[in-house]
Amino acid sequence: MLCERCGQRPATVHMTEIINGHKSETHLCEVCAREIQPQGFGFVPQIHLHNFLAGLLNHELGGEQHDQAETTGNRCEKCGVPEGQILKQGLLGCGDCYPFFEDKVLPLLRRIHGSTRHTGKVPERTGGRARLAKEIGILKNHLKEAVSREDFEQAAQLRDQIHQLEKSMNEGGEV
Amino acid sequence: MPLKKTVNDSHSRWMDADGPESGIAISSRVRVARNLAGIPFPHLLNNAKAEDVIHAVRLAVEDKELAKQAGVLELSLLSALSPVERQILVDKHLISPDLIDNFERKAVVLRDDEVISIMVNEEDHLRIQCLLSGLQLNEAWDLINQVDDGLEKTMDYAFSEQLGYLTACPTNVGTGMRASVMLHLPGLGLVKQLRGVLNAIGKVGLTARGLFGEGTEALGDLYQISNQITLGQTEEEIISNLTAIVRQIISQEKATREALYKDRRDFVEDRVYRAYGILKNAHILSSEEAMRLFSELRLGIEMNLLSGIPAKLLNELMVRIRPAYLIKVAGREMSAHQRDVFRAELIRNEFKEL
Ligand SMILES: [Zn+2]
Ligand SMILES: [Zn+2]
Repeated sequence: MLCERCGQRPATVHMTEIINGHKSETHLCEVCAREIQPQGFGFVPQIHLHNFLAGLLNHELGGEQHDQAETTGNRCEKCGVPEGQILKQGLLGCGDCYPFFEDKVLPLLRRIHGSTRHTGKVPERTGGRARLAKEIGILKNHLKEAVSREDFEQAAQLRDQIHQLEKSMNEGGEV
Repeated sequence: MPLKKTVNDSHSRWMDADGPESGIAISSRVRVARNLAGIPFPHLLNNAKAEDVIHAVRLAVEDKELAKQAGVLELSLLSALSPVERQILVDKHLISPDLIDNFERKAVVLRDDEVISIMVNEEDHLRIQCLLSGLQLNEAWDLINQVDDGLEKTMDYAFSEQLGYLTACPTNVGTGMRASVMLHLPGLGLVKQLRGVLNAIGKVGLTARGLFGEGTEALGDLYQISNQITLGQTEEEIISNLTAIVRQIISQEKATREALYKDRRDFVEDRVYRAYGILKNAHILSSEEAMRLFSELRLGIEMNLLSGIPAKLLNELMVRIRPAYLIKVAGREMSAHQRDVFRAELIRNEFKEL
């Protein structure tokens, strides 16, 4: 067998590659094998994340005013950070910046995460209504399952629990 | 005093190589970001306000109930450490390099086995981290969840019903969670399949990054795979998605190693034993070269081409050969060349009996 690369010398090196679970073989001579020595995987240099985000935010917030000074724009009512600084740093100032700059932040979140709704953990003590809402959601799923397997006793129980939780949620939070 | 022990001892629990799949998955890490309600994020705080945050965290971690649930946690100021000692915490993967900048206003919380650590006033007020050997993301999340619940009893978190945990950077909002697995992939590297595998990862919402790389090159065939999305998925979904992909990569790496064993054993064996010979005998070793040789040796161990070298030792050496630890052990500053000589000597000593 001749080398697949140069077609001149006999193939003495047989390389196995696995692509998506399929094995493919390459037969090379010693010279060619050495020339295509395995190289390390080269990474695209990492973009500095904050600068990158700042760029995205800039697009979301102001559009053309790329040279906006750090001190310009609306300021968050709570922490006082101006839009300009958020654009420059790619960081928000405080938790209240999220609702304050909502119309700009939400499209950005959709672009980054493909979502604007948290479905994960809710803190036990400060979660309040969110925790109740999450629990109701889970019970409603159970209810659907119970109904579909025609377990009406279970379904009735779940319905009661859901009503209970919804009531306490309307009354303002605590169970 | 655990912190002194932490910086003097190169060993950490995650290096024990006793977790599931630890032949390829070196370690698993889960990190969540949390902020205190009503206080601006760290980058906006002056030093006095930053100290208030540290004080609040100190009170929360010293809570007796929390200690019962999650083990004793101790907070230390970064300013209590020397620059070399701070770097050792980074090299042991206990804190991020960012925590070292402006260290005057920052603190670290450690459990004595170093499985749990909390960075205070990094980009967010708290970054709670759990680091375990092998592929154990679920276990890591369970531990974090416990600590998080305990802390939340004393501290009010910045949380929104719609957006979840609020973070300084919008890339972390929601769960605030980054889960990652450190993978050793020399087989895929040898057959040049890494680029394909790692590119595919990007398409499913994960990122792959070379570890210890100086900018562009991955050192020692070590890659960190982590989730990119934190909003719109539950913690459990993030972890099971990441775990599934990591298992895929592990099985590809295993298949590659089997093929190499079958078809190219002499070639691999040659590389492994050359690495062994150099580590045992060299008198000058840069950390780049040492990392490359460790990688080849590790492959040899995992492919049963050579025995008697514990993976745990290689994990530990990855930290011990870094400049900071060398300087700490030597007790003096050293030039790059002096370090290379010192490093080679340290490794020769370890390999004398092996
Ligand atoms: Zn040829
Ligand atoms: Zn604000």
